[in-house]
Amino acid sequence: MAKFMISRRKFLTSASIGASGMMLAGCDAFDSQLGIGKGLRSFLEGANDLTHRAHRLLVGANTLAPEFSESDIRQPMRPNGVTAPDDDTYKGLLANDFADWRLEVTGLVEKPLSLTRDQLMNMPSRTQITRHDCVEGWSCIAKWTGTPLALVLDQAVVKPEARYVMFHCLDTIDKGLSGDIKYYGTIDLIDARHPQTILAYGCNGKPLPVENGAPLRVRVERQLGYKQPKYVHKIELVSGFADIGGGRGGYWEDNGYDWYGGI
Amino acid sequence: MMDSAVTPTQSELLTPHGKGPLIYRQSRWTRLTHWIWAFSLFFLLLSGLQIFNARPQLYIGKESGFQYDNTILQIGAESTPNGQRGFTEIFGMKFDTTGVLGLSGPEGQQRVRAFPSWATIPSYYDLGTARVVHFFFAWVLGTTLLVWLVSSLANGHLRRDLAPRVQDIRRLPQDVVDHIKLKFHHVREYNTLQKLAYGGVLFVLLPLMILTGFAMSPSMNAALPFLNDILGGRQTARTIHFTVMLLLVAFFIVHMLMILAAGPINELRSIVTGWYRTDPPARDDAERSA
Repeated sequence: MAKFMISRRKFLTSASIGASGMMLAGCDAFDSQLGIGKGLRSFLEGANDLTHRAHRLLVGANTLAPEFSESDIRQPMRPNGVTAPDDDTYKGLLANDFADWRLEVTGLVEKPLSLTRDQLMNMPSRTQITRHDCVEGWSCIAKWTGTPLALVLDQAVVKPEARYVMFHCLDTIDKGLSGDIKYYGTIDLIDARHPQTILAYGCNGKPLPVENGAPLRVRVERQLGYKQPKYVHKIELVSGFADIGGGRGGYWEDNGYDWYGGI
Repeated sequence: MMDSAVTPTQSELLTPHGKGPLIYRQSRWTRLTHWIWAFSLFFLLLSGLQIFNARPQLYIGKESGFQYDNTILQIGAESTPNGQRGFTEIFGMKFDTTGVLGLSGPEGQQRVRAFPSWATIPSYYDLGTARVVHFFFAWVLGTTLLVWLVSSLANGHLRRDLAPRVQDIRRLPQDVVDHIKLKFHHVREYNTLQKLAYGGVLFVLLPLMILTGFAMSPSMNAALPFLNDILGGRQTARTIHFTVMLLLVAFFIVHMLMILAAGPINELRSIVTGWYRTDPPARDDAERSA
């Protein structure tokens, strides 16, 4: 019996050494299969489409994200990503307090728009206290004031073939081979027309600070922070995004994040 | 399939001397779902640790305190007179965890990362990829749990094997003593601690994992706003999600130890093929009455 125990122990020891070697080799092989565009990764990414569909099925188009009370605002809105754009265009606009800034609404619309900040602020506004969830895991509650995106879309009259709203931003987030990469992102028309989706120019009762995206950022309250671009200057209605940037619908998406950020 | 569990088969009759009969203990549904869970939980754990690394702090409440302190756990690195050190701070108590938590990697190439490279998928820092892996296996785990629930209700596994009975409660003290002495009865039925452990994982831990996962999804928050009210806020839900992970890892360790102690070949055979070698009837009776 004792003899058997020893041989079993030996067996288990050598088996576990062998298994851990295989595991390490397996990890490296697995890592290399997870690159963007690789077959295994594309297969696993299918789960994001499933999540998107499931959420659209389970969550009503106009169901609101939870809203909070004034007493839940316990700190300034935490800035993240680019907090002080170094672009000359942006710095020029900022120096003039965004008097020369315009929000362009272009693409698949009947009436392209070019709106000043005052024009936007003179439209009906919505104020909401919501929780911002970053993909990294943290959350921060803040009060946002802005123009419902649906009103701007209605004014521009969206063409039937449009499927996504693309936000073009003024901040350079990365340097690419073909020059600076400006932040951009897309959402579907259901989130674009959601009552809480606003073009925010105010935060916690004050004008939107530069670190949080002045003069204008999007709030998409049922998705994570990376789906809510800052420093927006152009809204483009598109039927697809395969030929834009990396073809995955946004700066972070081109770098491996899922397109649907409601999870 | 069910028949073989009750009626003696050829192999049962051909019981070798000194051994109890082979019985058909685990249905194919139990075995299949068991292995899909094992596989999914492996990937969920390692991708989850990578996701945690993006924000290696846990908070209590609706949000994360940046201007106030609601952090209960933090894993990080700091400069000390002895060079850079990794630390883990839990409930205000700080431990030096250099080499594993906070700062890890080969000598001379140590990096600041909460969980070490060997414990994460991918092994390098990549939040986006970890989320792709995590949510894929979250779907697999959730679907398998539903398949298991339906099949276990249908084939009687729940009622027959998992539901605790009055006699299980009575047997509990003796069962605890038996486990401490590593004395195992190889019988068809699960013992009381097994029922509690398996039932706890399947009906408490895994559902809680899924619910706290939902509670972290901003879109699911719109559909189920009460979830975070019950759980104590999104950041508390995230902390619970992490804590349940620790409990599942603890379960896995005990599960492995028990299998090694109870006879790994026989235990593995029953969860691979369904067939389990029981104790000889007479000896088993003698042990029970002793």
